[in-house]
Amino acid sequence: MAELTKKSIGGLLARQGILVAFVLFMIGFAIANERFLAVDNVFGVIRSSAILGVMALGVTFVVIGGNLDLSVGSMMSFSTIVVLDLHDKIGPTMAIPAMFAMTLCLGAFIGFLVGYLKLNSLIVTLGMLSAIHGLTLTYSGGKNMDIADKEGTWFSVFGQGSVAGIPVPIVMFVVLAIILSIILTRTPFGRKVYAVGGNGTAATFSGIPRARVVFMTYMISAFCVATAGLIQASRSLGSQNTVGQGMELEVLAAVILGGASLLGGSGTVFKTVIGVLILGFIQNGLLLVGLEFYVQYVVTWVIIILAVWLDIAAKRGRLLSPIA
Amino acid sequence: MSDTKPALRLENIVKAFPGVRALDGVSFEVIPGEVHALMGENGAGKSTLMKVLGGIYQPNEGTIYIEEQETVMHSPLQAKGKGVVFIHQELSLADELSVAENIFLGELPRKSFGRVDWDALYKETDAILGKLNVGFNAKTRVGDLSIANQQMVEIARALTVDAKAVIFDEPTASLTDAEKVVLFDVIEDLQKQGVGIIYISHRMEEIFKISDRISVLRDGQYRGTLLTKDTNEDEVTKLMIGRSLDLTRNVEAPELGEVALEVRGLTCGNLYKDVSFKVHRGEVVGFYGLVGAGRTEIAETIFGLRDADAGSIFLEGQEVKINSPVEAIRHGISLVPEDRKGQGLVLGMNCRDNMTLLQVDDLTAGPFVSDGAEIAIYDQYRDRLDIRSPSWRQTVGNLSGGNQQKIVIGKWLSMKPNVLIVDEPTRGIDVGSKSEIHNLIRELAKQGYAVIVISSEMPEVLHVSDRIVAMYHGQVMREFTAEEVTEDSLVQAISGIVSDKVA
Repeated sequence: MAELTKKSIGGLLARQGILVAFVLFMIGFAIANERFLAVDNVFGVIRSSAILGVMALGVTFVVIGGNLDLSVGSMMSFSTIVVLDLHDKIGPTMAIPAMFAMTLCLGAFIGFLVGYLKLNSLIVTLGMLSAIHGLTLTYSGGKNMDIADKEGTWFSVFGQGSVAGIPVPIVMFVVLAIILSIILTRTPFGRKVYAVGGNGTAATFSGIPRARVVFMTYMISAFCVATAGLIQASRSLGSQNTVGQGMELEVLAAVILGGASLLGGSGTVFKTVIGVLILGFIQNGLLLVGLEFYVQYVVTWVIIILAVWLDIAAKRGRLLSPIA
Repeated sequence: MSDTKPALRLENIVKAFPGVRALDGVSFEVIPGEVHALMGENGAGKSTLMKVLGGIYQPNEGTIYIEEQETVMHSPLQAKGKGVVFIHQELSLADELSVAENIFLGELPRKSFGRVDWDALYKETDAILGKLNVGFNAKTRVGDLSIANQQMVEIARALTVDAKAVIFDEPTASLTDAEKVVLFDVIEDLQKQGVGIIYISHRMEEIFKISDRISVLRDGQYRGTLLTKDTNEDEVTKLMIGRSLDLTRNVEAPELGEVALEVRGLTCGNLYKDVSFKVHRGEVVGFYGLVGAGRTEIAETIFGLRDADAGSIFLEGQEVKINSPVEAIRHGISLVPEDRKGQGLVLGMNCRDNMTLLQVDDLTAGPFVSDGAEIAIYDQYRDRLDIRSPSWRQTVGNLSGGNQQKIVIGKWLSMKPNVLIVDEPTRGIDVGSKSEIHNLIRELAKQGYAVIVISSEMPEVLHVSDRIVAMYHGQVMREFTAEEVTEDSLVQAISGIVSDKVA
């Protein structure tokens, strides 16, 4: 009984801790610069976080399922380049489904290696990060990709349009977050993702097809990456073939900031959204208070370390502990 | 003995967590040279008390005295420095290092420039090992030692300080009988050297063999101390659970239905050979044998987790091929696995989700999981199995072992299986839950379930089974009915001594 009460309070702290930190950051930056909480700035941050956010939604499934996905950055570059290239060749109506299909093939390949062949996800996706980068360069011949007629295409709606005054990227991020949250919390599949990540052996004993569940988490991740690639391509209508480089770490940072355990079995879509916003607002706040953008890289890392530390500290009930 | 001043004394310790008093005024003492057993069901407060002693928890009230000096401890290291040493159930040794390095880890003797003084290290270590009379030396790699010998290393580590009190937490959990004898000798030596021993164990037999006094906790409260020589198992059990555990032999005559499961000539490499048996509806068949006799492996094969090389499985007269747990579940086979935490539960999930995990696909309204249907199933089996949890939202990892086991059983029972296999159903759970699970197994048989119970505890097998299959080295040595079985014949069968097979 003792353990029980203590842990649920620790759990409560762990859940609230991230939100509390978020609010404190917001207040701090708001005091430092009055522009920080201005409506246009807030919308600007959310819009620029949307691409990262959409990718983080998918990686949330992978991480809850007990695996990692470090390939999302280069996979996003791939999606962006492919859809831009096909736009002029077969038209946007065909280019978008074709790009989704190709990206999902990459997801299926990773899902097969990690799910069915049971290879270590860190190795597989780290390798895929590099391999997909090579694939993108081969596809593009190493050149940047641009749409010929930038003014005359409706393709720009995904990145630049708005619905009822809300930018489309934000709408897509929010809608996807809601749908994925429902899948994760309300469907049998979502339950199985938690079970497989929480205890794979017990899941097998319970007749849960572990390989298929892991496979599906990578398919969801690839779908989110394709969506992110679509937004990215539509926003700029032209792109370098390294556009997603380094984003895999930011995505992972957002998921961890949200409080998902890297060991699997815990995390939620809502928490990931919070993690994405924290990251976005902190980076924005740092710029507004006048720090160079490259300071972000260091500060982001420090924040992640603090978040992880506070998380385990809340779980064990004190900051430093003689036992793990 | 009572004239001596206690090596360690706890006075009126209270440790409260929000909503619960885990320790409610516990007093306890150990005198130099005595073995003082501490007993109680899981959740009675033993581990909280040990954490208070080890400085991991600070008590809200009460005082700890070491040799009658009031003491406050903040960490296990500090506790060790003051002469309170723990020998844990789970060993904490570095496999790749030598015995000597492990024993003096963190306090290796030094020469100039921080170099390790290997000569002094090995000399000191061998001196300590000499006291323990063990068959290995200071330079042996710890990973090469048996579990029992690794435990000796832990004990040797305890002896590097001037130990006033040594606490053994379930020390015999993974020891063979011969190894136990060695351990008990060492404990006796420690006793002679005037060390106070606190001995925590669930095993009555051991407690009565080596302890001088027995103290019992229940629900965080101190229930009393008995002199071992003046008491008996029954009295201790009553103090622990408020009643005694019934382990009389099963004498009910089963009402046999048709054959639910039949296995013919099942063989799997060296794990088991030519195994045949039948299980009828309405009976409990106990599988008894030593660890490694192949019982769990047979269950795994029936459940589709392990392929057999030869032989066939029949369910209700139909031959079936079962290649995965999914197929086994579809055929109405349930397996309550032996490792509750590793195989049975997702510890981070709540009670309800664990309970309904097997059938979550069927508990839907449209594409979504139906909360109502899930809670209905949870409530039904919570009541039926008397699961004690504050709410279905409670994380399973926070429940006691007995309640966790009931969740696993509920999970599999809720599938309404044709064949229910339970592997070590009461391992590591408290006496009260044990007897509830025994009753449940008997009751299920009466309701017409076909039940297989795999157990390493003879009293348990004799208590619940209608028939007993004795296994030795992967072979069925003999089958007994509940009437004909005797303890002697069973022991002989599982030791491979008797081969008058009744086949």
